[in-house]
Amino acid sequence: MQSIATETKNREAKSTDHKKTQVDKRFKTLDITIKRNHYRQDALIEILHKAQESFGYLEPEVLSHVAKQLKLPLSRVYGVATFYQLFSLKPSGVHSCVVCLGTACYVKGSDRVLTAIEKELKIHVGETTPDGNVSLMTARCLGACGIAPAVVFDGAVAGKQEPEMAVIKVKTWQEDKE
Amino acid sequence: MDLQELLEMGKQERDRQDLKQTRIRCCTAAGCLSSGAAAVKNSLEAAVTVANLEDSVEVCGVGCLRFCGRGALVEIDPHRILYEEVTAENAPAIISALSGEERNQEGLPVQGDRQHPFFALQMPIVLENSGKIDPERIEEYIAVGGYQQLHHVLMEMTPQEVIEEIAKSGLRGRGGGGYPTGLKWATVAKMPKGQKYVVCNADEGDPGAFMDRSVLESDPHRILEGMAIAGYAVGANYGYIYVRAEYPLAIKRLEKAIQQAKKYELLGSQIFDSTFDFKIDIRVGAGAFVCGEETALIASIEGKRGNPRPRPPYPAESGLWECPTLINNVETLANIVPIIREGSDWYASIGTENSKGTKVFALTGKVCNTGLIEVPMGTTVRQIVEEMGGGVPDSGTVKAVQTGGPSGGCIPAEFFDTPVDYESLLKLGTMMGSGGAIVMDENTSMVEIARFYMEFCRGESCGKCVPCRAGTVQLYELLSKFLDQQATHADLEKLKALSYMVKETSLCGLGISAPNPILSTLRYFSEEYEELIQQDSLNGKVTV
Repeated sequence: MQSIATETKNREAKSTDHKKTQVDKRFKTLDITIKRNHYRQDALIEILHKAQESFGYLEPEVLSHVAKQLKLPLSRVYGVATFYQLFSLKPSGVHSCVVCLGTACYVKGSDRVLTAIEKELKIHVGETTPDGNVSLMTARCLGACGIAPAVVFDGAVAGKQEPEMAVIKVKTWQEDKE
Repeated sequence: MDLQELLEMGKQERDRQDLKQTRIRCCTAAGCLSSGAAAVKNSLEAAVTVANLEDSVEVCGVGCLRFCGRGALVEIDPHRILYEEVTAENAPAIISALSGEERNQEGLPVQGDRQHPFFALQMPIVLENSGKIDPERIEEYIAVGGYQQLHHVLMEMTPQEVIEEIAKSGLRGRGGGGYPTGLKWATVAKMPKGQKYVVCNADEGDPGAFMDRSVLESDPHRILEGMAIAGYAVGANYGYIYVRAEYPLAIKRLEKAIQQAKKYELLGSQIFDSTFDFKIDIRVGAGAFVCGEETALIASIEGKRGNPRPRPPYPAESGLWECPTLINNVETLANIVPIIREGSDWYASIGTENSKGTKVFALTGKVCNTGLIEVPMGTTVRQIVEEMGGGVPDSGTVKAVQTGGPSGGCIPAEFFDTPVDYESLLKLGTMMGSGGAIVMDENTSMVEIARFYMEFCRGESCGKCVPCRAGTVQLYELLSKFLDQQATHADLEKLKALSYMVKETSLCGLGISAPNPILSTLRYFSEEYEELIQQDSLNGKVTV
């Protein structure tokens, strides 16, 4: 049960937020998620998942909005967002390429696949091409070990990848852009 | 829902299935989906429509058919014909081969051999429904006897009797630790009455392991039923399943399963009109290996950073929100239903003296047949790698098998006649782990593998305690020195000393077991380290 005082405070907070984010429907979606979780502090990770889904990455504004709504210190929200690997505080590219570096993939040469892609895109793991087209990431294990080495191109898992195959795929993204 | 309705529902589903002469089962687990299983299923359905066989042929999606390396897999009842590497183009040929017409070999995919040791040596208990039922339909689970054991437990057994049954079965934790499950349940049950929780640990973080994922994707209701039975036994009315975010399909199917179970009142309040309430919620992780450690997992469910805390108090006394909490791994919970159904004596008759039942392994790496296998405890490593796995492709030689992921070690080829159980693997300096079995051939550098795991632990260390936070970095640097051929004999000594120090002084399982791959490779493959050592003034071999 929230007391009337906190509710008013909430409403006030919301109205100031609202002015700032009037243009942004994504905040509304986020607020619905927060409400659905009854403003519970233990739902922080779920809420950050949803926020990242709609914003693409966790911008500072989003983090402080969540902190305010859940009445948590910003340090804790920031701490959680930086602890977990899947939360990103930087915008990601139009396309995403995730190379699995699980043991089964590694034994079958996924490190060579990764090096080839890095060479092709001229970026390192965790970076996005300067034109914002492709983000290169690695995963610890996708559980697709039966078809190792695996690479995820824009969310679709591709198995039994050779360096050449993966490079061709990345090249097409770069060409499409042009 | 009462028992009568449950049985009636199962009968209706069986009758529905019996109406069709042929049932085409397409694997829709994540491995096969990556190999195009969704298109295969759609084209098979279209081909059935074209051939006008809707009345006699049913196409359905099922869970894992095990042979993941040869996906997409399709199996056809009643003759159990298994097709491998099926593509959408094969669909018309498969359908025309059904009608007993002249078997046109053109366009038919490779037929799998069900008699091959890969299948013949398996003993499905955890995976008994995998590949047989559609994981997205509760009716099919009920048709194979689902939720009857929950009814039996609620109506005819006291919580104490359930715990005794599990204890007598000899079931041990399948997350890798091997702690007796019955004892764990009894500890939570003994805690004073009040709010208690059951948590299913589905944060399968070991790279190269996908057993839990397959169970969740193939038979989610079994986990729900197992959790509800556990809840009844320990006096908990709330359960959480903590799943990795990397398993979106498992999450989707679990959500669906929970919704269906709620709809039929098999979860929720007063299940089967008893006084027992049980609700289950899903919590999704966000990519942290350390969250597989139980105290870190609890912190993560509470929405905090996944930092472990010292034990005691163990979660059984003070866990989630400081309430007594039972934490079991997916595979452990998947064993509960068959134990209750067949009895503890039956379960205890399988396996070895101290390790009962079966174990699911994800067989991967440099091996011909990759996929999921479930074998009785005590099966030898040789049977698993050479007979079932078919050895190394292109007639290479096997060097070792890595088990237990970043916390485990390797089993060199000379020890392949070792039966697989908790104790014998510990004796070899490795561990059962969650069930990843990665085969390495003669081209694999063991030092490089040790460094690979150390890199993993370095990245996944939560940073709370110094030995793990700083130790993993230093160990990684030392291993890199070896691989750059800059190391000396003094470095080898340092490597050993530091490994033991990190092992002895870290706070949680991650740090305690992080040096295991190094110690294990030093024990069996010290010559590989020696070869990389620069010729320095110190002569004389280092004995390990």
